[in-house]
Amino acid sequence: MTNGPDHARPLTPSGNLRRRLLLNRIAEMTATAAAVLAVAVLGIVVYSVLQRGGGALSWDFLTQAAPLFGGSSGGIGPAIAGTGLIVLVATLIAAPVGILVALHTTEFAGPRARTIIGVALDLLNGLPSIVIGIFVFGLLVSGHHQSGFAASLALAIIMLPLIAGSTQEVLALVPRSLRDAADALGVTRWRTVRGVLLPNVVGGILTATMLAVARAAGETAPLILLCSIFGQSAGVNFFSTALPNIPVTIFNLSEEADPAGFARAWGAALVLLVFILLTGLAGRILLGRSRAKISG
Amino acid sequence: MSPARAIVIGLRRRDSATSPGDLVLHGVCLVASILAVLAMALIAYEVIEGARPAISRFGLGFIVHTTWKPNFFVFGAGSFLFGTAVTSGLALLVATPIGIAIGLYLSLLAPKAVRGVISPLVEMIAAIPTVILGFWGILVLGPFLSRHVEPWIHAHFGFLPLFGPGQTTGSGVFNATIILTIMIIPIVASLSRDLFLTVPAELRDGAAALGATRWETIRGIVLPSTASGVTAAAFLGLGRALGEAIAVTQVIGGGNALHASLFQTGDTLASRIALQFTGAENALQTASLFYLALMLLVIGVLTNLLAQLISGRFGQQATFAR
Repeated sequence: MTNGPDHARPLTPSGNLRRRLLLNRIAEMTATAAAVLAVAVLGIVVYSVLQRGGGALSWDFLTQAAPLFGGSSGGIGPAIAGTGLIVLVATLIAAPVGILVALHTTEFAGPRARTIIGVALDLLNGLPSIVIGIFVFGLLVSGHHQSGFAASLALAIIMLPLIAGSTQEVLALVPRSLRDAADALGVTRWRTVRGVLLPNVVGGILTATMLAVARAAGETAPLILLCSIFGQSAGVNFFSTALPNIPVTIFNLSEEADPAGFARAWGAALVLLVFILLTGLAGRILLGRSRAKISG
Repeated sequence: MSPARAIVIGLRRRDSATSPGDLVLHGVCLVASILAVLAMALIAYEVIEGARPAISRFGLGFIVHTTWKPNFFVFGAGSFLFGTAVTSGLALLVATPIGIAIGLYLSLLAPKAVRGVISPLVEMIAAIPTVILGFWGILVLGPFLSRHVEPWIHAHFGFLPLFGPGQTTGSGVFNATIILTIMIIPIVASLSRDLFLTVPAELRDGAAALGATRWETIRGIVLPSTASGVTAAAFLGLGRALGEAIAVTQVIGGGNALHASLFQTGDTLASRIALQFTGAENALQTASLFYLALMLLVIGVLTNLLAQLISGRFGQQATFAR
């Protein structure tokens, strides 16, 4: 073959160009295949959970307590309630602190303080959750008892950088002109925050919190250390006893080679997965919407 | 900064010094920030404090020593450090190119409608709780690996010590690596997608005008201009893999010994803590587990700082423009 133009087929690429187009084609197909692979993996995992957990699902499964001596009856009611309570308290701790930290960095702090806080939040965000679990263990559990509150505190530390970071982002989206206008009118700073900034970003903060909740609800590592030794009874003290919760329930059942336990674990996994994916998805959709609204 | 802005900021300063409401808000915000910074410092302090008995007993030799025998009061992190390095390193090696490819697809190749569907799907992978991923690893991935994948690889590549005979359950380093790969891919993919989207369209159009194919544009323009950010994204993914405890505990098999073969059991720092902490036999074991957590803390902080340094994120956020 020569590299000159092919006179029989004048507009078909030849030689070097053909090689370049082929390479381009291969690269594009590889990238597409990678995306398909990722979606396929998600599909396989979700399908496994749906298929195997779907059978376990029933009203009793969602409301009843676990069987005392194994067996296939019973459900994960207390675990659902426990996870709900733990995550709720974690959110009540993390959301106010996170929002205030974000306000501080965007509205008050000088550049140096902003850098320090930013680095601290990044480090917190990058810490393995089990290290946070160990920290809370040393703080609250060592020498005392495991408790639901200890689990909440650990989850709150995990949620804090997420909420603070996203809130900073939406606060930064509020146009400077709004702040300047408030200043020009002689409005004090806290009234600007209350009357101008917060109403603008409340949607963004809410969705940031939802995303953090989706992340925290599935955290297992800290709960293994802080809230894993529990009975199946519902009458427990939040501050001095471990609460049953879904992640640890799945973990414990997955470590036992008991087919009935596996079935219950798939059911629990389905409940957790559906909750997390729905919360995460809703949060993500709302986040895009509130971002678009603020930047207008 | 324009003079007008300087005046506005000056006025702001004076205002916040005079109005009581401002003082209170500023104070409360300051307390919250101090709390956040303090939390980080306290975590480091508490972990070092908990590890102190093990540190004074074993010193730095703990890090490389490979014996872990609770009933003989002998502890060493060597084999867990090895397991962590092997699983996370391999996972990163596989996940980074795949993640970048997905990022490229989502930012430059996919039609807008497709992108809007696949982007959230990829991010949903990162949202799957690791305990569910691990459970799936035990019951679905493990049997599949031990029945189909591992025997095949062993038969064809068994001459390499890397691919020895497999476990019957499919638990082991190989399984853990796959699970970690699944966890890292969405992180690298979504971060690199955001980066690729920041490459100015004029640059890409310029390349296209010069007759470059898409791949040549990517290789010549997109990848070089985002290289540091992509490296940082890979480091963030690595940090996630290094610290993952639960999923790894479930599928790695919890072995004490060092194996060359990927199909054997092993253990990682984080996984060992999750496995043994509540059932620790003696105080020295608890302290040693704290020591493992300290190593994780140091590694986690280092990868994070490195990622920030590489992407030049200290101080200004210019390169990660959003």
